[in-house]
Amino acid sequence: MLRYTRAFIGIMRREGLRVIRQRGRLAAAIVRPLIWLAVFAAGFRNALGLSIAPPYQTYILYEVYIVPGLAAMMLLFHAMQTSLSMVYDREMGSMRVLLVAPLPRWYLLAARLTASTLVVLPLVVGFLLVSRLWGVRPPGWGYVAALPALLLSGLMLGAFGLLVSSAIRQLENFAGVMNFVIFPMFFASTALYPLWRIEDASMWVATAARLNPFTYAVELIRFALYLRMDWLSVAVVTGAAVVFFGLAVLGYEPARGWALARNDS
Amino acid sequence: MNAVDVCHLTHSFGPRRALDDVTFSVPAGAFAVLLGLNGAGKSTLFSVITRLYHSQSGEVRVFGASLRRSPLAALAETGVVFQASTLDLDLTIRENLRYHGALHGLSQRETDARQDDELRRAGLHERLHDRVRSLSGGLRRRVELVRALLHRPRLLLLDEPTVGLDAAARREFLAYVRSLRDQRQVTVLWATHLMDEVDADDEVLLLHRGRLVRQASAGRLVRETESGSIAHAFAALTG
Repeated sequence: MLRYTRAFIGIMRREGLRVIRQRGRLAAAIVRPLIWLAVFAAGFRNALGLSIAPPYQTYILYEVYIVPGLAAMMLLFHAMQTSLSMVYDREMGSMRVLLVAPLPRWYLLAARLTASTLVVLPLVVGFLLVSRLWGVRPPGWGYVAALPALLLSGLMLGAFGLLVSSAIRQLENFAGVMNFVIFPMFFASTALYPLWRIEDASMWVATAARLNPFTYAVELIRFALYLRMDWLSVAVVTGAAVVFFGLAVLGYEPARGWALARNDS
Repeated sequence: MNAVDVCHLTHSFGPRRALDDVTFSVPAGAFAVLLGLNGAGKSTLFSVITRLYHSQSGEVRVFGASLRRSPLAALAETGVVFQASTLDLDLTIRENLRYHGALHGLSQRETDARQDDELRRAGLHERLHDRVRSLSGGLRRRVELVRALLHRPRLLLLDEPTVGLDAAARREFLAYVRSLRDQRQVTVLWATHLMDEVDADDEVLLLHRGRLVRQASAGRLVRETESGSIAHAFAALTG
């Protein structure tokens, strides 16, 4: 047990150091949602009317609506950047250091996934606190209640990133991931508009949003932030996390050669 | 006891057979050279011995522990220096070593105590807090060697570790690994395509196009083929 704990602490420390050392990435992670909040939300607040819908009990500003979606966006970007770095690590070889450790492979992957999610949580909470300046003021306990929701959502998205990284062989393919994974996942969700708004615009997109696990991550965070529990979102996010992680572990199985370069010498 | 037993190992990538019925043993304490040209199957063999790949057929044992049945025991006995550098460039030497120590179940204190010792031996102790990015290629390789030895494995695998080093750094690194074998009885399996890295006493495993052509001491191969050098012996045996 001690071996497992020590390995987890070591992985956690490494992930933390990497986040701190990569200043550009750190700055981008914080600034990106703030730009959305300051610019995008300002532009849309007059164009988009929002009716009263749970978990909100009154009319809200558009800024209030999109903040949970932007928090989830931070988790999504972080998950995808981590998965990009895993593809990079695999090409560069440092993933091997992790995988040849004398511990079960599923544990090593789970530890890396958890560590990577935990290191981003302070940034997301920081963003939620800064968004108070824009009048987004959920109840104080909402920040505490949001933590498990953020963690669960982060794990689900991280597991999805892990799965993507197991399937992608080369760094060059990653631009495609941005276009075909991150953008559709983000835009075809309830991050920027409520579902009834999307239904008004396009049933097709609304169906995509309903099938999109990212939607449930956003709603889970939104409800938690206002001290409400959305059991459907808990179930979908948990289920998706388990399925994505299971598939990712299969993708990294030694039997499949975890997609090492096939022109090995 | 043998450090490594490889029995009838076959591994294919699609239609291409990277390893074809490879069988050999490396006795404990030996300095064995896995000699083969690029594409001979050396890295694939290392990937199987380190469980990055499962063997598709055949078996590998490290100090008696089967990679299939007890992979964790086998991996705990194995230290690896991969062909490509696997250090975190933005982390310091100490941070890289602590990460590795943690993965092998060592406490931070144990790791620090061991690394101080190893780094002193490798002449790196004054650069402990330097980021790896600032080190030369030769020093990075040394850090990787220190890291591979941190959990005190009895088997050390090195996959073309001198690639990219200049002649002096190459000689120095090879001499350092040989001294480790002599002083600590670590079994070394050194993969290379560079014939001048082979000593007459080394156990040579000659790999060619995925097949093990021959296993014998370098001196014996030279004598048997009546060649003047291991390079000529290699050419004679691989046709």
